[in-house]
Amino acid sequence: MAEILVLVEQVDGEIKKVTLELLTLARSLGEPSAVWAGPGYTDTAKARLSEYGAEKIYVADSADIADYLVAPKAELLASLVGSRSPAAVLIASTTEGKEVAGRLAIKTDSGVITDAVGVAEGFVAEQPVFGGGVIVHSKVSRGTPIIALRPNSTQPVAAAGAGAEEKVDVALSDAARGARVVERVKEKTSSRPELTEAAIVVSGGRGVGADFSIIEQLADSLGAAVGASRAVTDSGWYPHEFQVGQTGKTVAPQLYIAAGISGAIQHRAGMQTAKTIVVINKDAQAPIWEIADFGVVGDLHKVLPQLIDEITKRK
Amino acid sequence: MNIVVCVKQVPDTATERKLRSDDNTIDRSANGVINELCEYAVEDALKLKEAHGGEVTVLTMGPDQATDAIRKALAMGADKAVHLSDEALHGSDALSTSYALSQALKKIGFDVVILGSESTDARTGMLAAMLAERLGVPQLTLASKIEVSGSEISIHRQTDYGYDKVEATLPAVVSVVEKPDPFKPRYPSFKGIMAAKKKPIEKIGISDAEIDPAQIGLSAAWSVVADFTPAPPRGKGVVVNDEGDGGTKAAEFLVSKKFI
Ligand SMILES: Cc1cc2nc3c(=O)[nH]c(=O)nc-3n(C[C@H](O)[C@H](O)[C@H](O)COP(=O)(O)OP(=O)(O)OC[C@H]3O[C@@H](n4cnc5c(N)ncnc54)[C@H](O)[C@@H]3O)c2cc1C
Ligand SMILES: Cc1cc2nc3c(=O)[nH]c(=O)nc-3n(C[C@H](O)[C@H](O)[C@H](O)COP(=O)(O)OP(=O)(O)OC[C@H]3O[C@@H](n4cnc5c(N)ncnc54)[C@H](O)[C@@H]3O)c2cc1C
Repeated sequence: MAEILVLVEQVDGEIKKVTLELLTLARSLGEPSAVWAGPGYTDTAKARLSEYGAEKIYVADSADIADYLVAPKAELLASLVGSRSPAAVLIASTTEGKEVAGRLAIKTDSGVITDAVGVAEGFVAEQPVFGGGVIVHSKVSRGTPIIALRPNSTQPVAAAGAGAEEKVDVALSDAARGARVVERVKEKTSSRPELTEAAIVVSGGRGVGADFSIIEQLADSLGAAVGASRAVTDSGWYPHEFQVGQTGKTVAPQLYIAAGISGAIQHRAGMQTAKTIVVINKDAQAPIWEIADFGVVGDLHKVLPQLIDEITKRK
Repeated sequence: MNIVVCVKQVPDTATERKLRSDDNTIDRSANGVINELCEYAVEDALKLKEAHGGEVTVLTMGPDQATDAIRKALAMGADKAVHLSDEALHGSDALSTSYALSQALKKIGFDVVILGSESTDARTGMLAAMLAERLGVPQLTLASKIEVSGSEISIHRQTDYGYDKVEATLPAVVSVVEKPDPFKPRYPSFKGIMAAKKKPIEKIGISDAEIDPAQIGLSAAWSVVADFTPAPPRGKGVVVNDEGDGGTKAAEFLVSKKFI
């Protein structure tokens, strides 16, 4: 069967859930080979990748790969595409994943599709565009299909693979060492899942006010990530990296709870492909209701504390 | 410092956006506006010029009506513009677009190229990385802060956990993210709008930028749209009024969907 390269997303050696989703999808298209780029590779990582079907694991764990921005990963993948001629390369459609995909496309003279939510036989990708209003099917017509997939688009299912390791040495070019990462500043100390990866997102809008603790509490009771509307990030109530929408993050969780958010088109562009949407808003006419699966018309400062109590009780 | 800002004109997201049924490309006849993150790019370019001197050139690839986006950037304070416009560019994908823009950038010359981190229409978020790759210069993307000192440039790259501090030597390609006040893009003043009318916009075609016609347009595209359909409408939801039990009702819904 044809080999499918899957770029592993990991932070400090910890594999992101989206990688397991990509491996699951790759199994339906061919034989998955995981590509580990950067330091932190361990037996635990090997076990996890094999558990989800990696037949091979290419390990390039030189520190240089993480010390320079994006370009080394594209160079590593390009050399594997050159030597192994895979049928396709799957990458997470995160901000960095898309950048890797773009550079790889140029290096390998291949087409690239971003923000896909599925890949069918013949590598036809499904892409929701214009904030989820239109569904496009597209296909790479030149080179090796490079497809970036949104987190949460495939349900990860374990199915053991051989996990045969192969060390890869990359001699990075000078061009790949252009941008040095000199410091990683971790501002977030919470243990909440990442916004774009989370299965559940609890978002607050202007209706919440400056104190976002009620949103954080609800998120924690559900093991969810916290999101915010632009009205909130603009007011400085919550940092911009949590903004959902047209000029913020795109999320597609199983469950999106929108509290005190009116549902402007620019906000919806970032969340309306969520599987289930729950709304809490005191204005029954707000546009957010158009996409709600369930909702409570009421004051979020009354509804949310009760909801949190109920969740805690049922645990 | 020679600063070039890449500005894209996009359909207004407040209007209904469509793909064309004849060739599956985006319908650009709709009301066009400057891509919002490109305004941030213009703002950051102007700040760099204010601090270090030099000149800000706007570069746009797009049909004739894209001059509106250019005028906005000039009204904000950019010095001049290059408008790459050619029928042959219609239908270009990200590979072709990055190729065409990189050819134009070679012709213009630059110390720093600044882009928005994403457009609102295609949202591939790849252009800056692709330009860095094509031009063989460092990629400093997703910047929430830019600092230049002599020939050194450093940025804060927005990440999920905070930011990475990234450094490079000029020339470089930078992309910027949205920021709160006081870093919002400035509004053009009346004087700025009047002055923009007199600023030069150089219109160039593909031959002027030595762009190989075999690498651009629909016929060269590395990827093709096979078909598109409107997303199926969401089913009608259940809405309850809070009568003191709204939280409980919401919890019951979450239980029924197995979220708790
Ligand atoms: C180019 C452009 C890009 C943009 N990008 C984004 C983006 O990426 N993300 C984004 O979110 N926005 C974006 N916006 C802004 C967007 O248009 C809206 O202004 C914004 O989403 C509004 O945020 P909000 O819903 O929190 O606030 P509002 O629209 O003020 O809504 C607040 C809601 O809270 C409800 N409420 C108030 N108090 C309570 C209460 N006690 N209990 C329950 N409900 C209550 C109100 O009924 C109202 O519906 C963009 C705008 C533009 C022009
Ligand atoms: C719905 C849709 C989906 C698409 N999906 C894909 C895809 O998956 N793969 C693919 O190869 N192509 C795709 N395309 C084609 C893509 O729109 C064009 O190639 C586009 O020119 C580049 O992508 P972008 O707008 O996403 O750039 P982004 O990388 O999102 O834009 C970032 C920045 O690049 C600069 N920039 C972008 N375009 C221009 C320009 N014309 N002139 C000046 N500066 C510019 C701006 O500063 C902008 O802020 C898609 C198009 C549409 C309409």
